[in-house]
Amino acid sequence: MAALLEVDRLSVAFPTATPVRELSFAVERGETLAIVGESGSGKSLTALALMRLLPPAGRIASGSVRFGGEDLARLDERAMRRVRGAEIAMVFQEPMTSLNPLKTLGAQIGEALRLHEGLSRRAARARAIELLDLVRIPEPHRRVDDYPHRLSGGMRQRAMIAIAVACGPRLLIADEPTTALDVTIQAQVLALLDRLRAELSMALLLITHDLGVVAQWADRVIVMYAGAKVEEASPHVLFERPLHPYAKGLLAASPRLETTRHYRDGPLTEIPGSIGSAARERGCAFAPRCPEAVSACRAQVPALTFAGEDRLVACPVALHTESREAPSPSIADAISTSSRRGEVRRPVL
Amino acid sequence: MSLSETADARSAATVARARALTPQAPADVPPEWSNVHAPDARKAATRSVVRPPDRRRALRAFLRNPNALVGVLLLAGVALAALLAPALFPGDPLAMVGRPVLWPAQNPRFPLGTDRLGRDVLAGLMHGARVSLAIGFAATAFALTTGVAVGAVAGYCGGRIDAALVKLVEIFQAVPGFILLIVLVAIAQPSTLTLVWAIALVSWPQVARLTRAEVRAVRAKEFVEAARSLGYGHGRIIVREILPNALPPIIVTASVMVATAILMESALAFMGLSDPNVVSWGSMIGSGRELLRTAWPLTAIPGLAIVVTVLALNLLGDGLNDALNPRLSAER
Repeated sequence: MAALLEVDRLSVAFPTATPVRELSFAVERGETLAIVGESGSGKSLTALALMRLLPPAGRIASGSVRFGGEDLARLDERAMRRVRGAEIAMVFQEPMTSLNPLKTLGAQIGEALRLHEGLSRRAARARAIELLDLVRIPEPHRRVDDYPHRLSGGMRQRAMIAIAVACGPRLLIADEPTTALDVTIQAQVLALLDRLRAELSMALLLITHDLGVVAQWADRVIVMYAGAKVEEASPHVLFERPLHPYAKGLLAASPRLETTRHYRDGPLTEIPGSIGSAARERGCAFAPRCPEAVSACRAQVPALTFAGEDRLVACPVALHTESREAPSPSIADAISTSSRRGEVRRPVL
Repeated sequence: MSLSETADARSAATVARARALTPQAPADVPPEWSNVHAPDARKAATRSVVRPPDRRRALRAFLRNPNALVGVLLLAGVALAALLAPALFPGDPLAMVGRPVLWPAQNPRFPLGTDRLGRDVLAGLMHGARVSLAIGFAATAFALTTGVAVGAVAGYCGGRIDAALVKLVEIFQAVPGFILLIVLVAIAQPSTLTLVWAIALVSWPQVARLTRAEVRAVRAKEFVEAARSLGYGHGRIIVREILPNALPPIIVTASVMVATAILMESALAFMGLSDPNVVSWGSMIGSGRELLRTAWPLTAIPGLAIVVTVLALNLLGDGLNDALNPRLSAER
């Protein structure tokens, strides 16, 4: 069976730049795919391109987005509107401003239902209450008539999620859904998204720069840099043995509380330079910041290569080093720890 | 009262005075409470006061504002006069009914006197209220409809459509409004309807500019993008998501626009460019002008009526502004 969403060599172009270049990935039914990368790596633009909601200056320059037998990149606007909200829905980063301040929660949830499913006002209201209950908003009967400003940030994000899943989409795109929330609420919201993913049998495309989120909730991870996929792997493999120097840098630069001694000991490192250096780079976009760069890196863009089962990396240098070095005992130990952790990865809310 | 409490109170008073004297103390910091040691709690309480939760709260704020209340009452008085005019003065207010140039209170039949042709000033005043309010509100309604539609489309679409519509607005704004109005009325036959259209044609660009600016600001908000991600069409997004959020400043402007329209009509009538078959405050002033030195009430009374109506509408606008805009500024 074909994957739910297949993105094939997608490029997003603006008049002055091409922030997403030849990006390919697939989302399987019911899985959680995470896209990570720093600000400016093209994660959010990818999400907007899938929804065909790019800013006016941007356009899909090439590539296809296969979803349910159709190429979303070529669908006309009217048909696309039927896909948005009903088939693919989106949760945004900023819950404080993502709700219309002048409409009640019930009206906002109900509007999507009435548009896509043709429910009556009364039925839409009843469904809205059910949905508020589904996203664990207390006292949904009263909350349904509340205006957004009466809700906290976490509650608003729950309401946003309720609106997004109202019409039972098959794919939910969550663009940094927890960045604006505090840490305790983050875990709740992610647990909620994960529970809904299972209960409503939808796939989740999680866009984030929080590696902790990836480690805990994703089935697969795509690491993006300067609009291109540089590594794809399952999270425990990626976290224990990142191959691409950028992925290594990201992991080294994030504080970790887990029991993997590997990155915890010693100070946090940073990746020198900024993503801006990728703009006019000829070869590998990461080369100017890469500690392992060789002269060949600047000659041509490195191709994505399989580095084992279900694992892709776009760095011939790392692949070369990897094949020569056997995993050290401490790393092997760490992998077994992580796979044990993997079994209990999904706490129930 | 114990000694320590008085001492506390005194020191609190000193702190307050010191605060008042220190210029850099921020204005929005609530006063120190010696018994509360949770600055966040105080801030949170203030915030909920600053941001009224719903439109009912805005209405209450509006009605608590004495200026707004005075405006509403004055306007209600003028509206009442307009409504009662045909009942109290069933005849033609332009008919000659008495001796010319009676002073107010000279003859109990004409409490405000008569003008140069023996027409009842009070009857003219009350019938004039009908004309003034009708023209003011009708012209504003047309100007609002056109201006909001053009501004919303320009602000939402952006790009070439925006540029073209802005140019159109600028063409209208390049000609001084009142001159354009005189030209329009001079070309068309002066009647109430053409006056309404002419005034609307002169005032819509202002609404269009304001609406465009507001829509542009609201369009950038995330809930509009969220609405697009739910598959809503452009029309639905403009009408149901953006316009309600852009409305408060437009409502405020509308109340002032009514006043401006009344002034424009009066000015035209003063110059004899209004409908000669209906009495209006402006035409009363115009005909009283020649007797300004001998019978000044003929000019002063309709002038006062204009002042009161325009003042009422401005007070109303201020009240609406106070009631609707704090919430807006708190959210932005």
